[in-house]
Amino acid sequence: MANLAIDCAGIRSPNPFWLASAPPANSGYQVMRAFKAGWGGAVWKTLGDPIVNVSSRFAGLNYKNLKMIGMNNIELITDRPLDVNLREIEECKAAYPDRAIVASLMMEMNRDRWHELVETVQASGVDGFELNFGCPHGMSERGMGAAVGQDPELVEMCTKWVVEVSKVPVIVKLTPNITDIRQTARAAKRAGAHAISMINTINSLIGVDIDSWDPIPNVDHLGAHGGYCGPAVKPIALNMVADCARDPQVQLPISGIGGIETWRDAVEFMLMGSSSVQVCTAVMHHGFKIVEDMIDGLNTYLDDRGLDSAMDLVGKSVGKFVNWNDLNLNYAVVARIDQDKCIHCNKCYIACEDAAHQCIDRIVSTRGEGETDLVVDEGHCVGCNLCSMVCPVEDCITMVRVDDGSATTTWRQRELTAK
Amino acid sequence: MGQPALPREHLEHTQLGPPLAKDLTRLDVVIEANRCLDCYDAPCIRACPTSIDIPSFIKKIATGNMLGSARTIMDANPLGASCARVCPTEELCEGACVYHHDAEPIRIGDLQRYATDWLRESGRTLFAPGPPSGKSVAIVGGGPAGLSAARELARAGHAVTIFERHAEAGGLNTYGIVPFRLPTDVALWEAEQVKALGVTVKTGVEIGADVPATTLLADYDAVILAMGMGSVPKLGIPGEDLPGVYDALDLIERAKFGERVPIGARVAIIGAGNTAIDAATVSGRLGAEEVTMWYRRGAESMTAYPFEVEFAKSEGVAFRFYRLPVRIEGDGRVSALVVARTEIIDGVPRAIPGTEETIPVDSVVRAIGQSKLAALYDAFGVAHQRGIATVDAGLRTSNPQVYAAGDCLFGGGAIDAMVVSAAQAGKDVAASVDRTFRGLDS
Repeated sequence: MANLAIDCAGIRSPNPFWLASAPPANSGYQVMRAFKAGWGGAVWKTLGDPIVNVSSRFAGLNYKNLKMIGMNNIELITDRPLDVNLREIEECKAAYPDRAIVASLMMEMNRDRWHELVETVQASGVDGFELNFGCPHGMSERGMGAAVGQDPELVEMCTKWVVEVSKVPVIVKLTPNITDIRQTARAAKRAGAHAISMINTINSLIGVDIDSWDPIPNVDHLGAHGGYCGPAVKPIALNMVADCARDPQVQLPISGIGGIETWRDAVEFMLMGSSSVQVCTAVMHHGFKIVEDMIDGLNTYLDDRGLDSAMDLVGKSVGKFVNWNDLNLNYAVVARIDQDKCIHCNKCYIACEDAAHQCIDRIVSTRGEGETDLVVDEGHCVGCNLCSMVCPVEDCITMVRVDDGSATTTWRQRELTAK
Repeated sequence: MGQPALPREHLEHTQLGPPLAKDLTRLDVVIEANRCLDCYDAPCIRACPTSIDIPSFIKKIATGNMLGSARTIMDANPLGASCARVCPTEELCEGACVYHHDAEPIRIGDLQRYATDWLRESGRTLFAPGPPSGKSVAIVGGGPAGLSAARELARAGHAVTIFERHAEAGGLNTYGIVPFRLPTDVALWEAEQVKALGVTVKTGVEIGADVPATTLLADYDAVILAMGMGSVPKLGIPGEDLPGVYDALDLIERAKFGERVPIGARVAIIGAGNTAIDAATVSGRLGAEEVTMWYRRGAESMTAYPFEVEFAKSEGVAFRFYRLPVRIEGDGRVSALVVARTEIIDGVPRAIPGTEETIPVDSVVRAIGQSKLAALYDAFGVAHQRGIATVDAGLRTSNPQVYAAGDCLFGGGAIDAMVVSAAQAGKDVAASVDRTFRGLDS
């Protein structure tokens, strides 16, 4: 059994799996249930001034037989009184002292009011703060959430206010609704933040009802942009985590968020620099029980690789994520089709023919009259991977290295040579 | 002429029981539709005699374009609703599905049934007659091949008249397939779709008996022979004229339309094809307690589809192989069937002397194939070989005004006599006639 315990900027939890600040972490009842199920930590639903929510708040993006590969929401921060939330935080902490409870905070851009909020909340015994500079809807129109997170100066200013009075680690949660997330990450670093978390949700309109022509979701026939999350955003989140992890001016512990549903997703985020991972949509879809396989699968993965600690994964792939102009131009792969595994759906053929480089041939087969087999024209295959992506059979199309192994040449080197 | 139309209450839920195919839910169907890989140059299309663009109609179900889905099916196959129920899909589309070996093949038949059921229930019309060409075609027989040919010719603008000896169109689909496999209203709906294109269907008319062939040759620019086949031939053994000996197709037709056929408790079915299976299961549903199929060859030689055989077994039908009926006994009515063991000599089953046994039975059903309607070929001046019309690549007979389709072409093992094959033959002959009318063929 590997040690799954992690340390993210001094915030410790028995495993890397935290509930993200979201509906599943809205109340003590829910957080107690989550801890009972095995979750290592919870970032409490954002505390701040009371708000009023609308009815009809979420919508899902479905793909074929899959429900909710993406989800958006127009719900705001907690709609429960601060004293109730704080009492429940104390109860959870008392019942599960080994778990991490992080309080998510949002407040108007006023130093005194931020100080007041931080001091009030930290009295409850939270293990850390997460500053919600990411919520893209509702609060941002009032100068909070993403309105702060999209401006590095505001991020820096507000983070400083919190760090001034906080006695526990401060995580700055970043919005992806920005051109270069490293700019706000650096601002958090300059302000003295202890960690960053990302991504908050992405601006989105999930759909339009083609019968009523109303936006989805609609509130009395009107819609507003929401925050997009779920499995479909994982690649965006992972890229932003990796970009911050490899930025010399950031160099902060990261809590990764965005489409994480399985232990495999968690391993990927950890390899790219996350020391904890936060989950919301998967719990909203399946309930707290999903953490059982996340823990079990991560344990087996670490054991199988002979790793003693989950922390041994953190950042191990960051050095492999580089700029395009550092990629080896001499590297070459081609597709190989395993004729024994091929089921002859011809998906690879038409993908290559219509959308790639026309280098899969249909040749007369010995399997029977009128049958064809698929063979890659390796001389023309550019190694784009598309055929292996559309193939429905596992390990039927593999990409095989064919270059001669000669010295690496990169675009950067070519430019230097040209000069 | 002018037999009464069928009583509508016998169309679906007959005394023979409700349809076997279970109702399909939208949830079930969409999950299945989304499972389809949407292959390129899909093998299921190649396996379909009518070349339905199966991945296309399945994807249209998934996107909620039900009209487009039904159109894709019915455009390629005018009998698409019937075929969804009677095609041996394991041997055709589903057998060719790329999932066949590593996973469960897509339930194409079920999806086709769902789409065509949607169309029937919607009451929508898919096709329109073409601009009038001034040409006329007579079709002898309103079964699958005749209806298919009529539909295509009407869409091309030709004036089509079908002559059907029964009270309703549909042929085998209406009269010869058990209703729990193919509800009669499905067969009749398909005929209605053809009539809606302006095709005239003259029912209760037997060409040769009621109207001479010469009249058709004189009144129409082209004639298509699609009359199918005749009754089940006699066994050629003593006692087969006794009451209690039935022609399988006659038995199925009478039972299908409500007659309480007095089949008795013990029934012997002679034969092992799909009609024999239907006669066996119908006998059971008419109240027979012991239904046994007697076949002169072994199980591996049965022409019935494996799924039909399995169904018959599930209905309690027993199978006895290598047995040949030698006589039927009875005093005023069947009381016993005498069978002998067979041995296969040079491919031919022969009774082994001294092996006879007497089986007490109440009824004997002949299901040993159907006779060809050779006399009609002669009336139209059409050359044929043992009841199979001699045709060219355009399905044109030796009389250049006359074409042939469906069972008139099938036999001798060259083409399987499936409903779906008849549908394609109808399309082929219509295309050929149309080409001739347009002067594209000689």
